[in-house]
Amino acid sequence: MKSFEYVITDPVGIHARPAGIMVKEIKNYLSTVTIAKGEKSVNAKKLMALMGMGIKQGDTVTVCVEGEDEEEVAPKLEQFFKDNF
Amino acid sequence: MISIQGKGVSTGVAIGPLYYYQRAKSTIVRTTVADTEAEWQRFKAAQEKAIEQLGELAEKARVEAGDEAALLFETHQMMAEDLDYEESIEGMIKDDQMNAEAAVIDTAAVFADMFAQMDDAYMQARAADVKDVSNRIISVLTGAVQGGINSPVPVILAADDLAPSETVQLDKSKILGFVTEGGSGSSHTAILARTMGIPAIIGVGDQMKPEFEGREVIIDGSTGHVIVDADEDTKKYMMEKRAEQIRVRKMLEELKGKENVTLDGRTMRVYCNIGSPEDVSAVLSNDGGGVGLFRSEFLYLNCDDYPSEDYQFEAYKKALSDMGGKEVIIRTLDIGADKQIGYFNMPHEENPALGNRALRICLNRPEIFKTQLRALYRASAYGKLGIMFPMVTSVWEVKEAKKMCEVVKKELTAEGIPYSDEVELGIMIETPAAVLMSDRLAKIVDFFSCGTNDLTQYKLACDRQNNDLGRFFNPHHPAVLRALKMVCDNAHKNGVWVGICGELGADLELTETFLSIGIDELSVSPRSVLPLRQKIRSINLGEVKDKVLEALLTDEISV
Repeated sequence: MKSFEYVITDPVGIHARPAGIMVKEIKNYLSTVTIAKGEKSVNAKKLMALMGMGIKQGDTVTVCVEGEDEEEVAPKLEQFFKDNF
Repeated sequence: MISIQGKGVSTGVAIGPLYYYQRAKSTIVRTTVADTEAEWQRFKAAQEKAIEQLGELAEKARVEAGDEAALLFETHQMMAEDLDYEESIEGMIKDDQMNAEAAVIDTAAVFADMFAQMDDAYMQARAADVKDVSNRIISVLTGAVQGGINSPVPVILAADDLAPSETVQLDKSKILGFVTEGGSGSSHTAILARTMGIPAIIGVGDQMKPEFEGREVIIDGSTGHVIVDADEDTKKYMMEKRAEQIRVRKMLEELKGKENVTLDGRTMRVYCNIGSPEDVSAVLSNDGGGVGLFRSEFLYLNCDDYPSEDYQFEAYKKALSDMGGKEVIIRTLDIGADKQIGYFNMPHEENPALGNRALRICLNRPEIFKTQLRALYRASAYGKLGIMFPMVTSVWEVKEAKKMCEVVKKELTAEGIPYSDEVELGIMIETPAAVLMSDRLAKIVDFFSCGTNDLTQYKLACDRQNNDLGRFFNPHHPAVLRALKMVCDNAHKNGVWVGICGELGADLELTETFLSIGIDELSVSPRSVLPLRQKIRSINLGEVKDKVLEALLTDEISV
C-alpha cells in the first residue's frame, strides 16, 4: 500500500469538476483508492460520497492506493492533487 | 406599472414579453414491480440514454460558451453514473420492488439533501445538479419531452428556477433575459447567463405572478429591477440605458485593450474626467487609461462644514486603489465663480469669474488648502497620484502652492505617515496669463492640463453662461487653438506633458488639431473614451498635420 498526505489549497476545496475528472481517471486503474479526512474515508471512485465529505481549503487528507499498479498510480495521483486541489 | 426588486446576477437591460418556462410535468406514478431485474435494466437503459444526452449538451455548451460550461455537463454525466447513486437505486428496485421512476426520485432526494445540509454555499448549490440529472433520467423513463419556449417572438423567460441543462437546451435566439423566483448567484444558471451575456435576475420570489405572462417586462441586470408595464418615462429611460450598453459593448468588442494610436504611430493618452470615487467603475468599464481630472469639489459640496482630512483621505484613497495603479490626477478645490458653497462665507462679488476663486482661495486661506493636501499625500501611498492646481496666473502662485506641498510632506514624514515620492504636480492652463507664462511655468511643474471652457471664456472675454453670446463663444476660435499650441511648444521644450481636460477634448472635429499641435493627453467623460479611440485610430497624422497647422493661421469663422 502506498499513501500520501495532502493539504488542500484550492479555495473551494474538492469541488465537482476536478473531483469528477479524478474519478474518471481512477476508474482506469486496478488499485483501490481511498481518501480519508479525520475519521471519515471514502472510496475515491464514488464522486458524490467524495463531494459529500465537505473537504475544504486547509484540510489535510490522506490518500491510500492499494493494488497491483499502486507504484505507478500513487505519484500520478499526488501530482493530480497538486495541480487541481 | 409594477416594480419588482430581485437580485441581478448578469448585467444588461432587456425588454420584451414575459413568458413562463414550459416544463414537462414529471409527476410520476409509484408502482410495485414484480420483475425487478427487467425494471433494473429499464433504469440502466435510461441512465445510458441520459449520459448520452449530457454528452451532446456538453458539446453544445462547448460551442456556445466554452470549455468551462461543457465541464458542467461532463460532471453531470459522472453524477449519473456515480456508484453510490446507482447502488441506492438498485437497492430500491431490487429489494423494495420500487419502479425505476420512484427509485430515482427518492435517491435524488437523499443525495440532494446531503448537499443541501452542507455548510458550504458551493456544495449546497450542487443539490440542484443532482435533481437536474435525476429529472433527466426520469424524463427518459417516462418518455417526456424536455420543456421549452413556444413563442414566435423573443421573450423574457420566467421560471421558478432553471436547471443548468434547461438553460443550455433553450433556443437562445428566443431569449432576451431571465427572471427566476429562486436561485443563487453561484447557481449554474447565473454563471451560464453571464457567460452567454444575457441579463438575469434571480430571487424575485412570489412577487412574480403567472398573470404577468404575455405582458411587457423590462429587466435591468445591473440593478436587479423587474418592471412590468413600464410607463413612458421609465421605458424611455431604460431603452436609453439599453442603447448605451449595446453601444459600449459593441465598441468594447472592437476597441477594448487597443492603443489610442494613429495609423502612422502617434499615441495619445485618453483619460477620464470624474466627480466622485463612484465614477471610477465607469472609467474602467469604458477602458479609460487613467483619470485626468478628478474634481474634488463634490467633497465640499456634500458637506455642511469643511470636510475633514480623514473624510477626504478615504475618498481619494478609494479612487486611487480602485484605479489599480493607473494614474489619477486630482484637482484641488475649485470653487468660486459659478460654484459657491455656503459655509465658506464668501462675500458677494461684482465679478465672480474674475474674483476670489480656486487656487486664490486656497492661497488666501492656507488652513483649508493644507487639509486637502495632507489628505492627498496620505492617499498617494495607495496608487499613482497627480495633483493639479486650478486658476493659475503667476509663477509665484505655483511656487507658493508647491511650498505648501513641501510643508505637508515634511509633517507626514515627521509623523511617520507613508506617502509617495512620485506624485506629479501640475497646473490648469485656463487664463491668458498662464498661456503667455507657460515657458516659465513649465520649469516648475510636471504637467499642464488645459481647461478649455475657462480658457475660451478668458481668451475671448466672453461669458460662457450668457446664452446671448452663443456665436461669440467659440472654442474653435484660432485664438484658443493657437494658445494651446503655444502651451504645447513651451511645455515640450521643458519636458512637460500637456493634456486637455475640458469638454473640447471629446470634440472629434478637433482630434486632428490636438494631435497636430502636440497635445499628449485628452481627458474626457468615460463614455467618450471609445469614440475618441476610434477617431484617433482612423487618423493618418502625417497626411493632415500641415493642413491643420495652416488653418490656425487663417481667419476665424463665425459659428
